Amino acid sequence: MRLGIDVPAGDGWIGELAAGETLRIVDLHGNQAVDTLFFDAHDLANRYSAVDTLREQRSAYLTLGSRLLALDGQPLVTITADTCGRHDTLGGACSQESNVVRYGEHTRHMHACRNTFLTQALRWGRGLEKRDLSHNVNFFMNVPLTPDGGLEFADGISAPGKYVELRADRDTLVLISNCPQLNNPCNGYDPTPVRLLVGAAA
Amino acid sequence: MSEAILDEVLPPAASWSRLCRRGTALTLVDLEGGANVAALLYRADDPLERYCMPDTLKAQHVSRLTAGVALHSDMGRALASIVEDTCGWHDTITGHATAAIVAERWGAASYQEHRNDWRRSARDGLLVELAKHGLGRRDLLGNANFFTKIAVGEDGELAFVADHSPPAARVTLRFELDTIVVLSSVPHPLDPAPDWSPGPVRLVMGEMPPAGAEDPVRTACPENERAFAATEATLR
Repeated sequence: MRLGIDVPAGDGWIGELAAGETLRIVDLHGNQAVDTLFFDAHDLANRYSAVDTLREQRSAYLTLGSRLLALDGQPLVTITADTCGRHDTLGGACSQESNVVRYGEHTRHMHACRNTFLTQALRWGRGLEKRDLSHNVNFFMNVPLTPDGGLEFADGISAPGKYVELRADRDTLVLISNCPQLNNPCNGYDPTPVRLLVGAAA
Repeated sequence: MSEAILDEVLPPAASWSRLCRRGTALTLVDLEGGANVAALLYRADDPLERYCMPDTLKAQHVSRLTAGVALHSDMGRALASIVEDTCGWHDTITGHATAAIVAERWGAASYQEHRNDWRRSARDGLLVELAKHGLGRRDLLGNANFFTKIAVGEDGELAFVADHSPPAARVTLRFELDTIVVLSSVPHPLDPAPDWSPGPVRLVMGEMPPAGAEDPVRTACPENERAFAATEATLR
């Protein structure tokens, strides 16, 4: 194990995976959304593309075997283990502004994922800024689409100890916000820590 | 709409961009049926604020675009509204074709050999138009695909719906803020048509008053009410 850390709710992490390394994200307490962005470590503009990923796999959810594609159409990481079964990539990350739209003015100054993304990006330096925040993955989050064109935020299908493991297909920068959202069921209304375990290349 | 400010045909597999001001609307007409128009929107005053697919979908609890849906920005404002739609479903979750996809699906066709019938990709066209506004790859996000329906199955399986958009299908966007609109008429990557068959799209722009207090897009849900209020707050 090269790295093992627990990320408290409302905090984040940014770091690189070398090609072949693995990242396991453990939902320690269950029902915790882990908002995650991926970038080609050598070309940050070539970043995770949710829409290219879904189209090429012909499925609206991420699961075991999903290849998370960059804008260039090639994978950044592949899901190599998954005890949860389904992860969202259409629900986006919460922000102060989206909270106001969804829940009202009283939520404007609640903590939000996009603030964590920006905090981590600024700490990382190297030019990452707001325009680099694209549509993220929400590990452990359940956002079912309906055949009639609807979208719901459903109760989580994760549980304590469930995990997802990613293998880096190339050198990849990972940016995580451990979601602080209190206003919908994505964290079971009680955000909790997650564990990150980075393993060496096989 | 009043007398047209603009009335032109976007040729098959071409790209386009324009500043579309609050107080105007843009109608896209699928002249022959079966067209696809990839679209990205940016707030003209501050292009760091842009159409945000996830925020649009989660605010309105939809997974597709149609009349009554507002296109939300990533800063909690309504950028544009769909005020007319004869098609019923426009995709926004499956992106657009890159040059590699065009070459793999339909075969490459160079300008040297084919002149202006060459096969351009949506990605390349969108990036050229973005560059005209000082934008680039970092600004490339999930686009709308007007006239394209990608059906979603019970378990999330995605499938292109053939013959979805008939000839003369129309969709109209009313702009709530001054917006840079970037379009590409390259076919959708999942279009199963064996032959390269991009369609022409008529673009008609005219004046249209912004959303009033009882506007059906504004009043469609409390989330839209708050997004329109945020839009109007920036005008003062």
